[in-house]
Amino acid sequence: MKSLNELRELRETLQKEMAARNSTGKTKIIIGMGTCGIAAGARNILHAVLEEIERRKLDVLVTQTGCIGMCEKEPLLDVQLPGKERITYGNLKEDDVKRIIVEHVINGNIVSDLAIARFEEGGK
Amino acid sequence: MKQSIYRSHVLVCTGTGCVSSGSKKLKEVLTDELEKHELQNEIKVIETGCHGFCEKGPIMIVYPEGVFYCHVKTDDLTEIVEEHLLKGRIVDRLLFKEPLTEESIPSYQDIDFYKKQHRIVLANCGRINPENIQEYIAVGGYEAAGKALTEMTSEEVITEIKNAGLRGRGGAGFPTGLKWELTRKTESDKKYLICNADEGDPGAFMDRSLLEGDPHRIIEGMIIGAYAIGADEGYIYIRAEYPLAIERLELAIGQAHNLGLLGKDILGSGFDFELHIKKGAGAFVCGEETALMASIEGKRGMPRPKPPFPSVSGLWGKPTNINNVETFGNVPYIINNGAESYNSIGTEKSKGTKVFALTGKINNTGLVEVPMGITLREIIYDIGGGLNQGKKFKAVQTGGPSGGCIPAELLDLKIDYESLQEIGAMMGSGGMVVMDDSTCMVDVARFFLSFTQSESCGKCTPCREGTKRMLEILDRICSGEGREGDLELLEELGNHIKETSLCQLGGSAPNPVLSTLHYFRDEYEAHIKDKRCPANVCEGMGAVYVINEDKCIGCGMCARVCPIEAISGKPKESYKINEDLCISCGACAAKCPVGAISQG
Repeated sequence: MKSLNELRELRETLQKEMAARNSTGKTKIIIGMGTCGIAAGARNILHAVLEEIERRKLDVLVTQTGCIGMCEKEPLLDVQLPGKERITYGNLKEDDVKRIIVEHVINGNIVSDLAIARFEEGGK
Repeated sequence: MKQSIYRSHVLVCTGTGCVSSGSKKLKEVLTDELEKHELQNEIKVIETGCHGFCEKGPIMIVYPEGVFYCHVKTDDLTEIVEEHLLKGRIVDRLLFKEPLTEESIPSYQDIDFYKKQHRIVLANCGRINPENIQEYIAVGGYEAAGKALTEMTSEEVITEIKNAGLRGRGGAGFPTGLKWELTRKTESDKKYLICNADEGDPGAFMDRSLLEGDPHRIIEGMIIGAYAIGADEGYIYIRAEYPLAIERLELAIGQAHNLGLLGKDILGSGFDFELHIKKGAGAFVCGEETALMASIEGKRGMPRPKPPFPSVSGLWGKPTNINNVETFGNVPYIINNGAESYNSIGTEKSKGTKVFALTGKINNTGLVEVPMGITLREIIYDIGGGLNQGKKFKAVQTGGPSGGCIPAELLDLKIDYESLQEIGAMMGSGGMVVMDDSTCMVDVARFFLSFTQSESCGKCTPCREGTKRMLEILDRICSGEGREGDLELLEELGNHIKETSLCQLGGSAPNPVLSTLHYFRDEYEAHIKDKRCPANVCEGMGAVYVINEDKCIGCGMCARVCPIEAISGKPKESYKINEDLCISCGACAAKCPVGAISQG
């Protein structure tokens, strides 16, 4: 990039792309992969997610994020369905992954006993 | 030939409930539809028994995905076959929906843990993918660097940081803008900017989490800092024990380079900046700026006397500016939102927010960012959720091995740099270890001092010898051999070490001892005078245990739990404790079913 304007243009394009992906596109599964998450077993959760997606041949985007501060509740996993709010699940075990994928990712029902928070649009 | 492996199974419920709502007909129409699309060899229709969900019937489940359709009518089948089975698109409107709505899940702002937090530095942590620069740019990343480099002079950048009132987040709280100005004013053909990521306090993980969760924010803060002081080269000094943070930083630096945000002529501004990572071996003293620079130069990590200050003669003798990770993390926000937006948060002399790592006997272990001026009670009880198992709060240790222990009486203290200093603690880098009443304060002081003692580089005598002598005294107090006058000696030694050490490692090492001596002197005295550890932590305290022969039933439980096999005897007769071996741990007394064991 050669100027601030180019950066701003890139940002707008990226924001549009993300908004488009969010409203019509794929479901996103985001796993907390900071050191605290990994120490609490996030890698096993990640593998369980990938396995479940493979077995069910789902078209889902799996990505990662850093520590959000609730180290006590790691491993954390967020599910964001297109056009819906991002929901955070916590204190997960590998067995919980199957339930979250079947009930939330596929059937669109939040697994209320595992959910701990949701991101509000534009919120902190 | 008929295929025996199907790519998909469709389960149609033919339990009585679903049959009565029309599922038999459903199966027939479905079979017809599949044949129409020549899918009969790929998709198998199976009748199943009742799912117990008759109210939602007729029910259909499509595997392998596990999609659960309810209230399916024959008219819906064409859509299910064409959309889902043929094209793989789930028919949303037929999905089973629980009455539960998103609103029934609390939003992040409504959770106690986040309610009182104010996340500036940590705004993106846990939200964006730290390995993807595009996500950082999409949330407004590098705008501040662009603005500073192309629309502001370096003096204007410094003025903005000064007006914001940003102070060093590494612990000492030196005004960042002033530090930048000092380095800027030194004439030189070459200047360096260093990010101190040598986080070493026990129980502290703020910098690590920030670098792992949002590495681009630090890089952006450094670009702005380098522009302000006129440096074209920078280092991030980070300990090798942080492999994930290093990996993500390396990735982030590479991505920033590829987009022209690092390197030559950044964003067409004519400003060049190269950034390197220097891995440290994890010596605590290398968090001290002059030792850190020696380590980058390839020398042994030892501090040197100041002046000259790094702003005059730093890395390789050139003017150098060193800031902590979190300090840089605040910079993009200030440039983007202006000094007023930042200095409206906090207290008179301490502006903005501070990140703390909350650990110890607390319910919500984690990373919090709070406005300066918040009380310890709010952090520990409202955000941290109180102590484990509802235990009683005894003290909180702030500032790691350089800080002090704060007792319950001071829980309502509004925390900022000055208030903590006044009570003998310090802000430090942000470690906050919460302790309950099962903690022995003498033992805690000994732990922190043994840490600084073994991390002392040995260059100056007060720190090298003084901490060792202090530790010897604490060791003997903890093992029940404390003497009259030990506490006065500890205070005298401690104050001398603080005044005469070469660097702040020694200059702050006695703090945990001095602050616990100040607030918990009775515990020290109990150890020395009564030979008793009030929290029952220190082994070898007090008198040895003895077995009352009249009460003993000869069960042998005591002998089994004794960790050093000091108890002997025969079953059903009487047992004896060897007084020379007994370490007074009390395990036998706790186990004895008839209460025959007590301290003699």
